[in-house]
Amino acid sequence: MIAAAYSVPNVLVFVTATLLILVGAIGVISVKNPVHAALCLIMTLIGVAVAFIAQSADFLAAVQIIVYAGAIVVLFLFVIMFLGVDRREHIHFEPLVGQRAFAAVGVAITVGGLITLMARSHWVSGASSVTTKLSKVGSGNVKELGTAVFTTYLFAFEATAALLIIAVVGAVLLARREQRADVEENA
Amino acid sequence: MNVPAAWYLILAAVLFGIGAFGLLTRRSALIMFMCIELMLNAVNLTFVTFSRTLNDISGQAIVFFVMVVAAAEVTVGLGIVVAIFRRRSSTSVDELSEMKG
Repeated sequence: MIAAAYSVPNVLVFVTATLLILVGAIGVISVKNPVHAALCLIMTLIGVAVAFIAQSADFLAAVQIIVYAGAIVVLFLFVIMFLGVDRREHIHFEPLVGQRAFAAVGVAITVGGLITLMARSHWVSGASSVTTKLSKVGSGNVKELGTAVFTTYLFAFEATAALLIIAVVGAVLLARREQRADVEENA
Repeated sequence: MNVPAAWYLILAAVLFGIGAFGLLTRRSALIMFMCIELMLNAVNLTFVTFSRTLNDISGQAIVFFVMVVAAAEVTVGLGIVVAIFRRRSSTSVDELSEMKG
């Protein structure tokens, strides 16, 4: 019945993306070994990339694979290996009694509220195409995205450059502080 | 015809919920960072879906910036994790309890 209303390939792509995303996400929060969690995270990120492509955000899907699955997860894996914390966490030990139940109730209320809002109201009621229209379906929108980033969002784009420099300097400073203190003590 | 936007929005809401649950229940700082990535991805998926629905490129441009901020956040966050690990040989957030009243 659903396949009659919407074309079969689109439904198949959606189901594939959903399976990748949900299986990976549940893996991240349930496996004990941090390395396995990072690999499950890659699965979710690839699922999100599939969902991006299905909604004609091709450039973002490429960035998702290169930056997230390529760089960020490698950074996670590097830190896991560097620290040697790839041993298992005691996942069933619960230091705060009822923490898990409270978390489940809070998350259920949040997600249920979101879905109820979505079902009972028209979320998408704003003005359409305020900035730039998307190009035709299936053409990827790379040109439109580039134009928007370098004209409408130019200030934000320049600010991200400063943000990345600050982040790199901050990370180097944080990771080196201990060594510098040792040197000062020895001197 | 593409599947309705509501399907993707519900998928994003569920993904956000899974990430939030993991953030609230796991105690390894590394896993908590991965859960934050899950939540950011759920929001990105919502932005792209609304971008398609409203036929407007702004949603995709904002996702681009969210990705940059996420990369910066992970860099600094993992730097903090490394600094904490050097001091106490653990990434469990339960060990950081000096400020407890």
